Amino acid sequence: MVEWMLQNGIWEVKMSAPPCNEIGLEMLSALESFVGEAEASDAHSVIIYSGLESGFSAGADLKSLYSEVSGGWDEAKRGQLSDFLSRIHSVFNRLDMLPQTVICSIHRVCFGGGFELALCGDIRVAEKTARFAFPELRLGIIPCFGGIPRLERDIGNAMVRDLLLTGRSIRATKAAEIGLVTHVVPRGEGLAAARAVANQTGKFDPEARRSCKQFLKLLPTERLEEEKRVALRLFQSDVVINALKKFVESDDVRPYLP
Amino acid sequence: MTATEKRLIELAAERFSADANLLTPGQDFFEALGIKSIQALDLLTDLEDEFDIEIPDYEMQGVNTFAALAALIDKRA
Repeated sequence: MVEWMLQNGIWEVKMSAPPCNEIGLEMLSALESFVGEAEASDAHSVIIYSGLESGFSAGADLKSLYSEVSGGWDEAKRGQLSDFLSRIHSVFNRLDMLPQTVICSIHRVCFGGGFELALCGDIRVAEKTARFAFPELRLGIIPCFGGIPRLERDIGNAMVRDLLLTGRSIRATKAAEIGLVTHVVPRGEGLAAARAVANQTGKFDPEARRSCKQFLKLLPTERLEEEKRVALRLFQSDVVINALKKFVESDDVRPYLP
Repeated sequence: MTATEKRLIELAAERFSADANLLTPGQDFFEALGIKSIQALDLLTDLEDEFDIEIPDYEMQGVNTFAALAALIDKRA
């Protein structure tokens, strides 16, 4: 479901978990394993992309989450959720701070937790088909994989509020206008463009490249912790279970439209 | 048929390999094109690119026909 290989100084991480790279325990474990290998390697770049036609990632694995909590919340389930979020935050923080230049190649759906994963990257390449959204408020929660502080780090707060408080999706060209992505390429050209970026960054002196990233990209640690606290509090509401039930059981042809 | 409806139908037919001659403004575009939400997002992107507009997808709630979608485009153009 997640494969990675190192070639010519570039790690290529391919996500292929149908239907659209939903992030649950399996994806989390795979990312943890990858990050461990990447941290120990002297590669210059990482490219994260999806091998699925459906898109980059539709976000958290809501079906698994619903099956865990459909009977209601109790202390054990709250503990499990807290542990899961801590692991996600930990691996996303490590991904964010990798010594390599991390490039995300994005097409079609890049929603919720998938959007949060993309925000860990240093450089985002979007195919024209890409759409970005944070639909979490539909579920009665907020993004909880570190998405809000990372979005705040990269773009203006007015747009952060618009995206969060409306849950609307924006296309690649709009994402470029607001500074969320820095390369927009035709359909099917994302990976090639990401490889070109990786090859370019790989020409530079490794120490200069690492120092530059370290200097430019700071981890918003306090805001990340605060986001996790707010999300955990919101999760404990029945609103969330009811919203998850509606989402999981819906056979509506348009569930992605908020 | 308005100019926007005509262009919308042409674009939708091209994107989803349908016969534009068999599509009419009054049809439900999900049914007529046999698409689901994810393809509707592709169509939304095509429309935003073609007409150089932004259509917040929450405004598409309850919009089912080509005619209604064309009216939404005209409102934003």
